[in-house]
Amino acid sequence: MSAEEAVSKFIKNGDQLALGGFTVNRNPMLLTREIIKQGIKDLHVVCHSHGQGLDLLIGAGCVSYLEIAYGGMGRFAPTCIRFRKAVCAGLIKIDDYSNYQMSLRFLGGAMGLPFMVTKSGLETDLVKIDGFSKDDRGKRKIATKKLEITRNPFGKENDKVVLLPSLNPDVSIIHAQYVGEDGTVRIRGLTFADLEQANSASRVIVTCEEILSRSEIRKDPDQNSLPPFLIDAVVKAPMAAHPTACHYFYDYDPAHLRMYANMASDDGKFARYLKEWVYDIPDQATYLEKVGSSQLTKIKADPFLGYAPGLDRK
Amino acid sequence: MVDIGGYSKLEMMAIAAGRLITDGDVVFAGTGISMLAATVAKRIHAPNSVVFFETGGIDPSLDELPLAVADPRVMAGASMNSGLIESFSLLSSQKLRTIAFLGAAQIDRYGNLNSTCLGDYHNPATRFPGSGGACDAASLASGFIIFMEHEKRRFVDKLDYFTSPGWLHGYDSREKAGFNRGGPMAVVTNLGIMTFHASTKEMVLSQHYPGVSPEDVANNTGFEVDLSKTSEVLHPTELELKTLRDQVDPQRLLLG
Repeated sequence: MSAEEAVSKFIKNGDQLALGGFTVNRNPMLLTREIIKQGIKDLHVVCHSHGQGLDLLIGAGCVSYLEIAYGGMGRFAPTCIRFRKAVCAGLIKIDDYSNYQMSLRFLGGAMGLPFMVTKSGLETDLVKIDGFSKDDRGKRKIATKKLEITRNPFGKENDKVVLLPSLNPDVSIIHAQYVGEDGTVRIRGLTFADLEQANSASRVIVTCEEILSRSEIRKDPDQNSLPPFLIDAVVKAPMAAHPTACHYFYDYDPAHLRMYANMASDDGKFARYLKEWVYDIPDQATYLEKVGSSQLTKIKADPFLGYAPGLDRK
Repeated sequence: MVDIGGYSKLEMMAIAAGRLITDGDVVFAGTGISMLAATVAKRIHAPNSVVFFETGGIDPSLDELPLAVADPRVMAGASMNSGLIESFSLLSSQKLRTIAFLGAAQIDRYGNLNSTCLGDYHNPATRFPGSGGACDAASLASGFIIFMEHEKRRFVDKLDYFTSPGWLHGYDSREKAGFNRGGPMAVVTNLGIMTFHASTKEMVLSQHYPGVSPEDVANNTGFEVDLSKTSEVLHPTELELKTLRDQVDPQRLLLG
């Protein structure tokens, strides 16, 4: 399936969307750009720590609601730039959780449970301040309450815990290294919370670097991450996570991320970035041509280390 | 960073924080200076300490410094690569002594941290990335060490937003709130090392760097801090500096 077809078939205005990957790694960038190109709006994004994909979606005006733990790109943008601007200008509604809390909420959704429990965040503003208004609560896929503090029913009087509402997103989008012809997904390196996100969502779209034959991917099932029947669409698209990294295939692209940080800082330049790198790009082959073969060679991962050793990252 | 007698303040901070790691500790590291501290400790006095990341990378070889916790460099030569649920389970393990390194935009006298925003949360003057795993580490680890730039606007009487729990309101308030372990152990800044009073849990100056006076610390702290028990920190040794420069960050990505 093409990215265009997958997005138009499975993502619509107002959806709750779980973004796979983590800050500088395995962001589903091709799908993100396609969402922007198709003009999908009013998204309710749920993620733990996110970076490039999130920033682009927010900057393009696709996001209305955001539940998140962290918006940053490491040293390239300690706080995601369009994210920061949108939050400060009140352009999106945001509610903060922690990484563990968000991961547990996906896991809870995957397990079919109404809530999960943790001790993380007791007494902090993460549990005391609700980012969403009372009017928003209970609407769309927004939980009726941010969370609930309760007594541990098995503990002493002061033994409190935090109950977190589970998440079941409409759509989860992830980028993987391999998918089998049968639809089996294989993620290499860290999985972040991609598996919990995929397991909890109604629809799952996966882009991948390579398609393996059914017999090849089933030769070593220990390495596989998700079964075919959970996946709604598979898009073969090399470097679909660029400019973020994909372990064993390519590193993050410091030159592109520096250019992005510069352009994201200014509204006019950011509009130009969207035009040049999103709207005017018909397909992934054209996108990679624009990045250029010499840059793609620089970030090519060493097959044993998984990253590009000696890459200029300053 | 300014040179203070053959080494920079950043080097001093990394080495001072590294000395707080005990052999066998399981260290929950962020990037930046915490990577330097954890790695210098491992290469010198704590060879059995282990570094892991919230993203799921457990004990990577760290031949090159990661610039983010999701950098592919946290996946290379690792004992295992997992995910967030697995990593936070390790962080919470009652069997292990897990020590986390955290940074923040603001800190109060009890080591409570803000990494979310300045101004009103609903209409912020500026926005930072948010908790990430910081609130989780502050809540669940056996203890945590904080890195801060020592400035009045960062060492504040009241946080604009309370992201990660320290000693809450002091005394036994952390335990009473329902936390069963943990709490801030030390704050490593560009001026010295603060610790927390055994009973009140208020911040006290424990050590100041060469060339820094206790009054410098008071002048850069937005609340009163006990200066009576401070002593000058030991200079970095040749071995510590050489290890940091030649083995930990030979590409000088952080040391500059």
